[in-house]
Amino acid sequence: MQPQELVIISGKGGTGKTSIAAAFADYFPNKVLADGDVDAADLFLVLQVTETQIAEFQSGHIAEIDPDKCRQCGKCAALCRFDAIVTSESGYQVDARACEGCKVCVNACPHHAIEWKEAFCGLWKESRTAQGTLFHASLYPGAENSGKLVSFLRDKARKKAMDEGIPLILVDGPPGIGCPVIASITGAARILVVTEPTPSGYHDLERVLALAKHFQIPTHILINKADLETSYLKKMEDCAAKSGATVIGQIPYSPLFSEAQQKGQSILKAFPTSPEAETLRTIATILKQKMDESEAEGQK
Amino acid sequence: MQIAIASGKGGTGKTSLAVSLFLANRDRSRLLDCDVEEPNCHLFLATRFVSRTSVEKRIPLLNPDLCKHCGKCVEACQFNALAEAGKAGILVFEELCHSCGGCTFVCPTGALHETPLKMGAITRALVAGKAELITGALAIGHTETPSLIRAVKKTRPDPEVAFTLIDAPPGTACAFAAAVEHTDFVLLVAEETPFGLHDLKLAIKALQKMEIPFAVVLNRMRPGFSSVLEFCKEKNYPLWLQIPESRAIAETYARGGTLLDAMPELEESLRLLLDQCAEAILCNPRN
Repeated sequence: MQPQELVIISGKGGTGKTSIAAAFADYFPNKVLADGDVDAADLFLVLQVTETQIAEFQSGHIAEIDPDKCRQCGKCAALCRFDAIVTSESGYQVDARACEGCKVCVNACPHHAIEWKEAFCGLWKESRTAQGTLFHASLYPGAENSGKLVSFLRDKARKKAMDEGIPLILVDGPPGIGCPVIASITGAARILVVTEPTPSGYHDLERVLALAKHFQIPTHILINKADLETSYLKKMEDCAAKSGATVIGQIPYSPLFSEAQQKGQSILKAFPTSPEAETLRTIATILKQKMDESEAEGQK
Repeated sequence: MQIAIASGKGGTGKTSLAVSLFLANRDRSRLLDCDVEEPNCHLFLATRFVSRTSVEKRIPLLNPDLCKHCGKCVEACQFNALAEAGKAGILVFEELCHSCGGCTFVCPTGALHETPLKMGAITRALVAGKAELITGALAIGHTETPSLIRAVKKTRPDPEVAFTLIDAPPGTACAFAAAVEHTDFVLLVAEETPFGLHDLKLAIKALQKMEIPFAVVLNRMRPGFSSVLEFCKEKNYPLWLQIPESRAIAETYARGGTLLDAMPELEESLRLLLDQCAEAILCNPRN
């Protein structure tokens, strides 16, 4: 049986993705977890994790000029589209941060003076938590290729789920609509967009729904802090309908999320009897039903 | 002087601060919205549209008559954007293409040439008469966030405008780096939560590696919680402005208002904040 993958994204940052992911981690009984927000990975802060594996992630390659072989012809600098070949007193050098890893300079150098070195963009980790196995990472500051690292974590989570017959993979995604978000959602069974009723929440929701539609992934919307401005509900429902998504629930603006975070727990664990926790359990149940239905549909 | 407003964690109030800092200093600054995946500054400003230009990337286009199926282009591409496809020659996956020019460079028969593809747009607008807002917006499905950010930053300022303010994207990856690189100073907006503290530490590490000076603005201060405050004190990091957690601010924001609408008394502090940045830049021994 193929595991189903639910990815939580938001467009705008800070709408409550990780808090919702943590709550679902406590709600769903049997799942593998992955934190796809690799450059601001916070899910582990609200799960008690024990790292069982940790390794460097090779993201690609980077060019390095051997000053002994370089004849200062400048061909590499002329061809580089990323302004990554810089000149200094000691001659041509590669600006490691600007290097895109395209290998054009390596192939073009007439003196074979440019080496092609492995590049590492961060650490990936497998951890044991009370809620299941978590695959997460810490990207090196300012590093490239976070998308590749996200894809790698999802592959690991999928393999784990397949090997152990676990039916669900829960992915806490990154903000935005770019490379790491695309890496988080391609091929996923379902997306949950956590949004908020603000001009930026709405604007970013429109863009993230367009992205979900582009990849043809069934999508639901959860409006967090819903009572801040109720006029957005109708607009968000209309916007959802246009791209074939649905608003699946609303949660009020609540200090309990920060307080749960402060305790290092999800809101379901920290405040199990609160109305917020009750609402989240209801939303999770509906999501589960929707996912089961589409799986039954797929097996027909 | 270029000053970026950044944060590790999303939703800490970057845009809110950037817009309010811009409004309070509109006589001497312009604002670049470099959160190109989700640009939001314009939503909180009364703008007059001036112009829009497309930003393109170059992708390879195959002339199948000239292709000898040697496979050199596929081998040269480091991004899996090219695949051999039998009689059709090669397939180009344009979303994966990084526009490095490597495939056209290695093609021995001249079967590949480059053609432009729109990946985003840059919009210029004016606020309150003459203050300038430049917005970069990435096209849906594209991944060239850092390139577009660099294109926004290349727009030329009016020489009489002293400050260029940059609203950066969240995170600490390459998009963040593209927004803060070559700036003179960064204001890091943090929030008083465990996630906020954790991501602030990541952002500081990134800035230290890039050797860019910074100060912290602390948002969502809650009575009884002071982890970010204590962290800054312990490390001796400058903490220049504190904004309380308040439902009233959140409601004002939800209605499209700025921090200045919610707390008009901040105007003077926001002018001083920019003066403080300028002073720090002028005192920086690197300059």
